[in-house]
Amino acid sequence: MTTVWSKTINPGDKWSATISKGRLLRFTALRDDANLAMMLFNAFDLTERYNMPDTLKAQYTAHLTRGNVLMSDNGRALASIVEDELGWHDTISGLSTRAGTDTKYGATNYQQLRNEWLHSGYENMAVELVRCGLAIRDLGPVVNLFAKVNCDDEGRMIYDVSHCKEGATVMLRTDMDVLIVLSNTPNPLNPSVSYPASSVQMEVLEAPPLDPATDYCYNFRGENRRAFENTAEYHLLAGR
Amino acid sequence: MTAFVRYESKLQAESAVIDEIVLAGDGWMKELLPGQVIRIVDLEGNQAADTLFFDAENPDDHYSAVATITGQSNIYLTTGSILRAESGKELLKIVADTCGRHDTVGGSCSAQSNTVRYSHDKLHMHNCRDTFMLQLAKHDGGYNYTKRDLAPNVNFFMNVPVSPEGGLRFADGVSAPGCYVELESLCRTMVLISNCPQLNNPCNAYNPTPIRVLVWNP
Repeated sequence: MTTVWSKTINPGDKWSATISKGRLLRFTALRDDANLAMMLFNAFDLTERYNMPDTLKAQYTAHLTRGNVLMSDNGRALASIVEDELGWHDTISGLSTRAGTDTKYGATNYQQLRNEWLHSGYENMAVELVRCGLAIRDLGPVVNLFAKVNCDDEGRMIYDVSHCKEGATVMLRTDMDVLIVLSNTPNPLNPSVSYPASSVQMEVLEAPPLDPATDYCYNFRGENRRAFENTAEYHLLAGR
Repeated sequence: MTAFVRYESKLQAESAVIDEIVLAGDGWMKELLPGQVIRIVDLEGNQAADTLFFDAENPDDHYSAVATITGQSNIYLTTGSILRAESGKELLKIVADTCGRHDTVGGSCSAQSNTVRYSHDKLHMHNCRDTFMLQLAKHDGGYNYTKRDLAPNVNFFMNVPVSPEGGLRFADGVSAPGCYVELESLCRTMVLISNCPQLNNPCNAYNPTPIRVLVWNP
């Protein structure tokens, strides 16, 4: 597999792009304790997007790892996790906010610190959504790649500070043409008192053709197979 | 039962300014003023009331499941919980709860998710997202609500436990006839309810039933 493109997403960075179906997206944590917030949309119909509850209910899980499919609100497979060294990516903690960032790490502004000022996930996503013709009404749950937040029996949410180690990778495959929106900002439940600062390497590779007979994600559950069938029907009708 | 703060309301039905029955499969959409209190009653037990909220001053800022649970560091809602918008703004506070479990992460059923979860031939079945969209389409206020505004909702009375291992399942309901949840609006809040018509999931014993919605002035 040849890498066709790569980029380093530094702490505080935001980024978005359209990526065609049939690509592999390999993300690598360049230091411990990374958190990369991600939203996915159908590139040709931005009203269709990653739907957290539909994704979790269909796969009877509250976290994502290899075999899981990121499903849209129209019951289709937007992307799937084809490799994962971490075993857990957070779906339930959302984005850091300006108020939360200021409270936790100290108030910063561009006037004083220039580009060293601290970004929040909410603001990063808002900027990229507006840039792509969307708005804050399009905000919803994100996938926090590299982060683990689980719940005890009483429902208390616990951030695992030792989960993500330097060099850990996760690889997604695009199953539709997607708009991907990323924000490298701290998980809101990360208890660290200093702004977490792990860059993330992103590489795009050509994926081998999906073979329904052998594909791990396709065959992970009957629900996943039906989501892929819905996607195939969409591509057939749209001529893509 | 864990994470349950049982608190019974002192409000009397006779003094409510709104007292309506919402049949299973029907929707309800109304704006609350600051200080108004809304009670949703599970009349026959084990029903799911899929409910969304919008900041009526700025409807772009919808209820956020993750901002709500992350704000309290707990995925379950009960008396004292603050329901937040995406921005973090406080929309409502739960002021009474006699049920004990309300799902925050399971969202609503849709025709399309029914094809994924059950089978392709479920596409025609009535579902919560259709109810939501019909209510949005019929809304004649100044704001043009669309599908983009349908964020993950609360499922009052629905029991969807998340395990420490990260599993998620649909458990037997813990609600019973007459159980209710009551929320005080902290600002102008639009409330959008779909009384769930789900016939594929044993959570309601395949028998969707009516709910009752009451509203009191401050």
